[in-house]
Amino acid sequence: MSEALTTGASPLQREQAVTVFEKGAPGRRAFACPELDVPEADPAALLPAGLRRSEPARLPEISEPELVRHYVRLSKRNFDLDSGFYPLGSCTMKHNPRLHERVAALPGHARLHPLQDPDRAQGALELMWRLERSLSEIAGLPHVSLQPSAGSHGELAGVLLTRAYHEDRGETRHKVLTPDTAHGTNPATVTMAGYEVVKVGTNADGGVDIDDLRAKADEDVACLMLTNPNTLGIFDQNIEEIARIVHGVGATLYYDGANLNAVMGRSRPGDMGFDIVHFNLHKSFTQPHGGGGPGSGPIAVSDRMEPYLMKPVIRRVQGSNGHAPRFELDHDRPKSIGRLRGFQGNYGTFVRAYAYIRSLGAEGLQDASETAVLNANYLLARLRALVGAELPAAFGTLCMHEFVLSGAPMKKELGIRTLDLAKRLLDHGFHPPTVYFPLLVDEAMLIEPTETETKETLDAFAEAVAAIVAEAREDPAIARNAPYTTPVRRLDEAGAAKRPVIRQPL
Amino acid sequence: MSTYTATTPQDLETMLAEIGVASIDELFAALPEGVRLGRPLDLPAGLPEQDVYAHLRELAERNVSAEDELTFLGAGMYDHYVPALIDMLMSRSEFLTPYTPYQPEISQGGLQVMFEYQTAISELTALPVSNASVYEGPSAVASAAYLAKLANGRRKVVVSRGVHPHSRETLLTYAHGYGAEVVEVGLKDGVTDAEAWAAAIDDDTGAVIFQQPNFLGAVEDAAALAEAAKGSSAVVVGAYDPIPLGILRPPGECGVDVAVGEGQPLGNRLDFGGPSFGFFAATEAYLRRMPGRIAGETTDVDGRRGFVLTLQTREQHIRREKATSNICTAQALNALAGVVYLAWLGRRGLVELGELLLQRTHYARERLTALDGVEALHDQPVVREFALSLDADVRRVIERCQDHGVNPGYALGDDYPEHPGGLLVALTEQRSRADIDRLADVLGAAVAAERTTAQVTA
Ligand SMILES: Cc1ncc(COP(=O)(O)O)c(C=O)c1O
Repeated sequence: MSEALTTGASPLQREQAVTVFEKGAPGRRAFACPELDVPEADPAALLPAGLRRSEPARLPEISEPELVRHYVRLSKRNFDLDSGFYPLGSCTMKHNPRLHERVAALPGHARLHPLQDPDRAQGALELMWRLERSLSEIAGLPHVSLQPSAGSHGELAGVLLTRAYHEDRGETRHKVLTPDTAHGTNPATVTMAGYEVVKVGTNADGGVDIDDLRAKADEDVACLMLTNPNTLGIFDQNIEEIARIVHGVGATLYYDGANLNAVMGRSRPGDMGFDIVHFNLHKSFTQPHGGGGPGSGPIAVSDRMEPYLMKPVIRRVQGSNGHAPRFELDHDRPKSIGRLRGFQGNYGTFVRAYAYIRSLGAEGLQDASETAVLNANYLLARLRALVGAELPAAFGTLCMHEFVLSGAPMKKELGIRTLDLAKRLLDHGFHPPTVYFPLLVDEAMLIEPTETETKETLDAFAEAVAAIVAEAREDPAIARNAPYTTPVRRLDEAGAAKRPVIRQPL
Repeated sequence: MSTYTATTPQDLETMLAEIGVASIDELFAALPEGVRLGRPLDLPAGLPEQDVYAHLRELAERNVSAEDELTFLGAGMYDHYVPALIDMLMSRSEFLTPYTPYQPEISQGGLQVMFEYQTAISELTALPVSNASVYEGPSAVASAAYLAKLANGRRKVVVSRGVHPHSRETLLTYAHGYGAEVVEVGLKDGVTDAEAWAAAIDDDTGAVIFQQPNFLGAVEDAAALAEAAKGSSAVVVGAYDPIPLGILRPPGECGVDVAVGEGQPLGNRLDFGGPSFGFFAATEAYLRRMPGRIAGETTDVDGRRGFVLTLQTREQHIRREKATSNICTAQALNALAGVVYLAWLGRRGLVELGELLLQRTHYARERLTALDGVEALHDQPVVREFALSLDADVRRVIERCQDHGVNPGYALGDDYPEHPGGLLVALTEQRSRADIDRLADVLGAAVAAERTTAQVTA
């Protein structure tokens, strides 16, 4: 098997990368400009020379057929979720239903101008209001803003809300606590929002170190940012105590919703004591990732945070005399932190998330989380049985929707690193897990299978990992030099950073 | 069981046995009693695909989209034609469904698209450095001010009142967090008041921000605005509409340090405001302070040309609290549409489009200001959008026009109380001379009717 996966250049490898700027020829074009149908005025009089561009931007000159072929060929140099297993931990790579693409493309959604009079956008506002209500119920928190554009944008919203909350009470606080397992966006957000990051340690069970938290939680702390289950895939059993400590010093408790897919219908952040939650619609709610976005990061908040929510908010106004309810955009919010972006947010992602929630309903969402947890535990058990010595679980024997393995024993005994295993998985047709995160686990590998994978796929993945470990026992160089079958092989990243070439020289 | 999961009873039994538990409930045993929901979510039951489709279609039909009326709405997002090949490419699994390209060997398609996109944005802006996209326009403006804060530590941001109201509001929200003071400079004759602008810039100023064309559609003298900041330490930020950049002097030739903007006009749908993308370009000096992903060219072990995410030591996953930004997921798919659109327009097409809009905008301004009760709000050069001043209640005029299937534009009064009669009218290549003539007829009649009504009630 391994031999077959180490041989010769594939057709894709024989194809040299050529950019769109290197294709086409002078005079070619794809766009036919509409005729000038108005009386021609002197262009120089309409736009004086000093304001004008002297040389056209050196864009490609290319025909439509060449353009289509260029980008279709490029697409074939991508691995994607529709082609294979993508257990990228913390990213919730679940199936993206195609119904969502179809409904989002309906002209009534796709060609609706964001500044259309609300009376003429009632369908869109109702959809947003319904999505808000659904997310509120899922989070267990009463108020929702859909505005943020991604998870980290939701985090910024949450920390700025926290600032507004404290300031409104006449308090100035300077610190925000984040566990050492936190995603990088958490501390980065804290700095952007003008606070100082204070790290909290992790205990032997993989949860927050309560003593450390107690020692660091004081009246200068504005907020604790947490995800639960955390990035180790472990549900923090002390969550109620954590909430008591944080609220005891008057701070807010923030829930990074990247891991919500573990608990839908089973437990709600609001019931755990969180004041603010962000959702990643591009994780738990199937918005396709698009190779790095678009995403969407709505937030849900408790009553005490509500006055500070971003503007505008959607209001449902009861109709009188049997008239249907109306939906309005309310801008009159004196305590609001303001806006985090233009218009109403990434509406196209709302259409998809709402379609998903309506397709699954209460039972389906709960089934999604339960199956996600089942699949993760099954894969963990299979891997433990097959490669438990080389790749032990970092914490515990059970997990939630994802789990962390440590490649440290494998590195020590077989001489291959987590990175090598990941690269060798590419030859087996799998997307590797998240690697080297969370930071506190040596040679970490964070695996999140999601609920939409079959048992057969999980089995095949576990066997591929086992085959790579067995192969490394024979000859570690194979993994160390992997991959072999991909369009390109290992790339010189250090060189790229040292002498950055970030655009085509023209 | 939802239709997106696949566990059969037989699978379940095998899997639980392998795990060594008796039930799914046991897998959730870690949840303390006090935080268990203990009831089903209070949400409607799931629906079959065809019913969800019907429901979503019904909601769509209660919106009046650009398909249903003749619209001249712009004000930041524009109804340009999106070529069919963009729909096709954006719906391809290989572009639609991957994550951020963390494994470059199997992500060369997406990485090369980023590299091409960066090249296109650099060409458009005449600035050497572009990232691979940020969320959208207004937050890009706020992020540019944050870049300035990190670069020079000065606490004041000077912003023109010609910058999109949403951008100014977003800037205020962000700036309150990282502790900057925002000072607004007013407009004079439709453009940034040059004297007030120069007077506002001092030793404390970290960034100055204008928009091109500004929110009232006027073309600013970008070079003069940038010049006024020379000699100070301020980063000069311009927020640009990308379409007129085919004919407007690019930011890189005007002394602008950072050019940002809303990318929607480049091949993205209106989508009621998003998803679209924001572009972010800068001079070489700010390369290592850029927010977001950047793709770079390199080679693989066999010497093949390839692309990777690069300069990652700026980013949150490496630098954490010291990162230049918190952005992670951005807008890669929308940026793909952007670069495909620019390639589709091509070198000459972008210029032709700019010249066409210039002529039609001029024609529309002439036609509409010839109407009774309608004047130009300013006389500055305009390229795709212009502001009118109506001698009538603007909202009611808009309503009257909409009753005739025409949306004449955006009422300026809420954002600019100094222009209670302001109406902002935008053009794209989809609005022909016949459409403009129809707008003139409908708007003329609506203004006349509204003035008559107002006289009667007075
Ligand atoms: C735990 C966690 N928090 C936050 C984020 C940031 O989310 P986004 O990429 O949507 O900004 C991620 C995404 O990777 C994450 O995994």
